Amino acid sequence: MKAPSFSYVRPESIAQAIDLINQYGDEARWLAGGQSLLAALNMRLAAPSVLIDLNSLPELGGISVHGDKLIIGAMTRHAEIECSPLVAQHAPLLSLAMPHVAHAAIRNRGTIGGSIAFADPAAEVPACCVALDAVFVVAGRGGERRVRARDFFLGLYDTALQAGEMLLAAEFSGVRPGERVAFRELARRHGDYAIAGLAARATVNGNALRDVDLAFFAVDTKPVLATHAVAILQQGTVTPERVQLAQQALAQDLAPQDDVHYSSAMRMQLARVLLARAVSDLLQAAGVQESR
Amino acid sequence: MNPPQPVTEVDIALTVNGENVTRHVPVRQNLVDFLRDTLGLTGTHVGCEHGVCGACTVRFDGAIVRACLMLAVQADGTDIVTIEGAATADGNGEIVADLQREFHQRNALQCGFCTPAMLLTAAELIAVRPQASRDEIRTHLSGNYCRCTGYQSIVDAVEAVCRKRAGAQP
Repeated sequence: MKAPSFSYVRPESIAQAIDLINQYGDEARWLAGGQSLLAALNMRLAAPSVLIDLNSLPELGGISVHGDKLIIGAMTRHAEIECSPLVAQHAPLLSLAMPHVAHAAIRNRGTIGGSIAFADPAAEVPACCVALDAVFVVAGRGGERRVRARDFFLGLYDTALQAGEMLLAAEFSGVRPGERVAFRELARRHGDYAIAGLAARATVNGNALRDVDLAFFAVDTKPVLATHAVAILQQGTVTPERVQLAQQALAQDLAPQDDVHYSSAMRMQLARVLLARAVSDLLQAAGVQESR
Repeated sequence: MNPPQPVTEVDIALTVNGENVTRHVPVRQNLVDFLRDTLGLTGTHVGCEHGVCGACTVRFDGAIVRACLMLAVQADGTDIVTIEGAATADGNGEIVADLQREFHQRNALQCGFCTPAMLLTAAELIAVRPQASRDEIRTHLSGNYCRCTGYQSIVDAVEAVCRKRAGAQP
């Protein structure tokens, strides 16, 4: 189908963009990469009356390092993040995840800010941000504020962004000594929506894991930190028995819903499989990791 | 300064296959409909209209995009290459011409609906990674549906061009 009728505006500054979103309120939507929004418009799942196009604001893009923080502007495209040496050095989990984000043509256009603000429960970027304890910079008429990724995702397509606010950037605090990361996703076709996925990090000492973060996605309405499973993994040296116990503990962390494609039990089983694979990735990889 | 106000129609000026184009377009018009219906360039195909099938792939300022997930107004000031100009008006022209020859020889198309997008997508990979493995080729083409060939002959054709170009490099 074709998009319903709307009007379109291209602000020339962030201040103008924020004025516009405050002027039009709920009737307006940000147009970032448009790789979810335009599909939703074409399918008539959304019908905003105004699109505010952010693609003419270069100050919203770019990847930089300030002190020990990696900062990625909201309009930075997935393809740029995928190829960035700075991201590979300071947030390697994102580098691992990027090839799983849809397909090449979509990564050339889609943006990290769009993925975060849209908050699709099956999306890779929000889960990576939760696993890495990223912080989002948000601007409104009253100025800027910072929100932890772990407080940002509230539910299905629901975030802590208030009316009249926009996402400016995501900040990542760099790699801790001994930290390793793993990214695993199961999908019917490479690049399709995940059936279940896991973004993980830990500091590794021999066969022991510390500071473990396991952020599952596509199994709930938002990314979920598996705290019960993590507690078991951190109790001692990782053995096949301990991994099995952690897999069992996932039942306390995750409660996937049935949908038309997959049952709750199947998603739970896949989450357990992903946990074992990610733990194995974390323990094995000393250098560059391959998670496909 | 007051912000610009929303409009429903707009003038755009862009380059399509090396030619300057100016048109007045409704802002809700997709780029692919602009290319096909307004400019008559029907080599870019419309399949699913929500970014899944890949049939509408074009080059947008040098990078492949889904033309069903872009608005014509967003192409203002940009450089678009469609399959009509891909072998002549583009930096990847020689690769596309090689791909067309291999697709023909290996029967890597039957109905041809997916072919223009397959060529543009494969050309982007070969331009960057002529040494790509079959797995990498399959991954890169994963966003483009073909309902005829079963993909085997497409991957064969792309691989053949890869090998030829990697061999030709010093």
